[in-house]
Amino acid sequence: MTIADPRAALPRTDSAATRVSDVLWRRPTLLLVLLLTPPVLWLGIIYLGSLFALLLQSFFSIDHFTGLINYEFTLRTYAELFTPTNFDIILRTVTMAACATLASAIIAFPIAYYAARFARGRWRAVFYIGVMMPLWSSYLVKIYAWKLILAKEGILTWALEKLHLLWLLEAYLSLPVVGGNSLSVSPTGTFIVFVYVWMPFMILPIQAALERVPASMLEASGDLGARPGQTFRHVLLPLALPGVVAGSIFTFSLTLGDYIIPQIIGTSRLFIGQAVYQHQGIAGNIPLAAAFAVVPIVIMGIYLTIARRMGAFDAL
Amino acid sequence: MTAVRFDHVSRHFGDVKAVDGVDLDIAEGEFFAMLGPSGSGKTTCLRLIAGFERPTAGDIRIFGAPVADLPPYKRQVNTVFQDYALFPHLNVIDNVAYGLMIAGQPRRARHAAAEAALEMVRLGGYGRRKPSELSGGQRQRVALARALVNKPRVLLLDEPLGALDLKLREQMQEELKGLQRQLGITFVFVTHDQGEALSMADRVAVFNQGRIEQVGTPEDIYFRPDVPFVADFVGSSNVLPAEIVARLTGTACPAAIRPEHLRLAADGPLKARVTGLSFLGLTTRVSVEAEGNRFTALLPQEAPRPEPGDELALTWAPENLHLMARDA
Repeated sequence: MTIADPRAALPRTDSAATRVSDVLWRRPTLLLVLLLTPPVLWLGIIYLGSLFALLLQSFFSIDHFTGLINYEFTLRTYAELFTPTNFDIILRTVTMAACATLASAIIAFPIAYYAARFARGRWRAVFYIGVMMPLWSSYLVKIYAWKLILAKEGILTWALEKLHLLWLLEAYLSLPVVGGNSLSVSPTGTFIVFVYVWMPFMILPIQAALERVPASMLEASGDLGARPGQTFRHVLLPLALPGVVAGSIFTFSLTLGDYIIPQIIGTSRLFIGQAVYQHQGIAGNIPLAAAFAVVPIVIMGIYLTIARRMGAFDAL
Repeated sequence: MTAVRFDHVSRHFGDVKAVDGVDLDIAEGEFFAMLGPSGSGKTTCLRLIAGFERPTAGDIRIFGAPVADLPPYKRQVNTVFQDYALFPHLNVIDNVAYGLMIAGQPRRARHAAAEAALEMVRLGGYGRRKPSELSGGQRQRVALARALVNKPRVLLLDEPLGALDLKLREQMQEELKGLQRQLGITFVFVTHDQGEALSMADRVAVFNQGRIEQVGTPEDIYFRPDVPFVADFVGSSNVLPAEIVARLTGTACPAAIRPEHLRLAADGPLKARVTGLSFLGLTTRVSVEAEGNRFTALLPQEAPRPEPGDELALTWAPENLHLMARDA
């Protein structure tokens, strides 16, 4: 018997792909660099770079006589944000974002709780499809659909009329601030559509957070004497808070930046997104548009800091 | 006085009879173990006492009061959960003081009581830590303190030592037993580990398929099993089928014999073939086959060691053969 060639244990011919794999296996760092370079370039240059360019613009100012941009660093444009007209826009947008976020959280929580705790098998699929389906259709179609629902000649008015409850709607619409000629041209209409459109972004993170709370945690609370309401306040809500905060980041920031919904449904009063749109387009006031665009970023920063102080991320 | 009484209690989940007509009496101050394989209904019984499950049929009483309609938060029992279920967002002292906080005790009083409870489980000074910073054994003690601080009349423990390593488990077994003696509280302890049940409990209920097979002292169920299941599960006893027992003794019922009581001889009435040997240190475990049945014998170290394939016979002292006449 001949002594076997020790190389016989190795495959004789390597294809090019195998050789590439071998090199990458021996140098894991090289693989990491190859995998990460494209996305880091994309994120760093295109994404953060454009954001930085925007920030830069906001420190320039516009000459109101010539309409030309004055490329000298100044805080004058930021000061303009605090004129009554502009500050009103910011206040209105932030209030709307806060209301829409709060309402979304209140409506989303029971749905997410049901999905996380009780829905199994087919009902789980129904839940996911039900929550996601509105995201599959065009955003504009949904908004115009809502315009028809909320309009004076719309189905809601019709239904209330048949139920002899139209006086209720009319009484509500005659209220100052929230009311208007019809729901579709009232701030309430804007609010309803915001809540509807962003709802999935609130439900899914809460559901994910609740899924991570073991049933025994809730049983333990009850076992230690807590009524369901107390268990909710002391155990379930604190543990779900990271999910609620994650969802509210979506609903809050999306509302702060949106300019289509308030244009189609609601009053003629501007929101931040509309102000940005108008200043950079028709008015050609890029610095003020940029300064307006910085506002949501600053507000989100403040919001996240407060959330963190309140311990929203302690359970992460 | 009876701490917990089950009167024909059943809990069905659809077609699954998790608990099927169980009668049970647990005396006050007793250390009571519920022993059985997984899915035998022991944990469901514990959850019925705690109030996490409601019985499909039957009557449950805690200190004489019917509890079927009482939610968990109205029962004077507390539970130590298998996964401990410590609240991750609260530190140790607030975890332990949770029940007192719910009961409306002011912060200072409840923290003092919680600290005392932590000292009782030898974790004094750990109050400011988060549960995630503790080891498994320490979490287990926190869970224990969190339950005991409420001064329950019955303490329920659901496989509390299952997640601990062997050495810690043995240490905790002694500590639990000591605590129970010191506090005089009724402990109801669920486990699938027969050694744990035997070493800790005053009485043991052996569960199988939603029913209780036998209730008795550890000595009773270890040396005097009523049915083959108990003999096999609790003591890893050898069960002799009724026809062999009938031929050898004249009584037609199955019988149990402990592995350490089986001896191998050159000749005897029950011929056996050695199929395997394992060296266990103090003893040698010998697997044998006799008339289609498998038996296990534990031989002392000094006994002559057989070889696999040897044709021998099984013998025993007559008093070590336990007849299980109750079994049908």
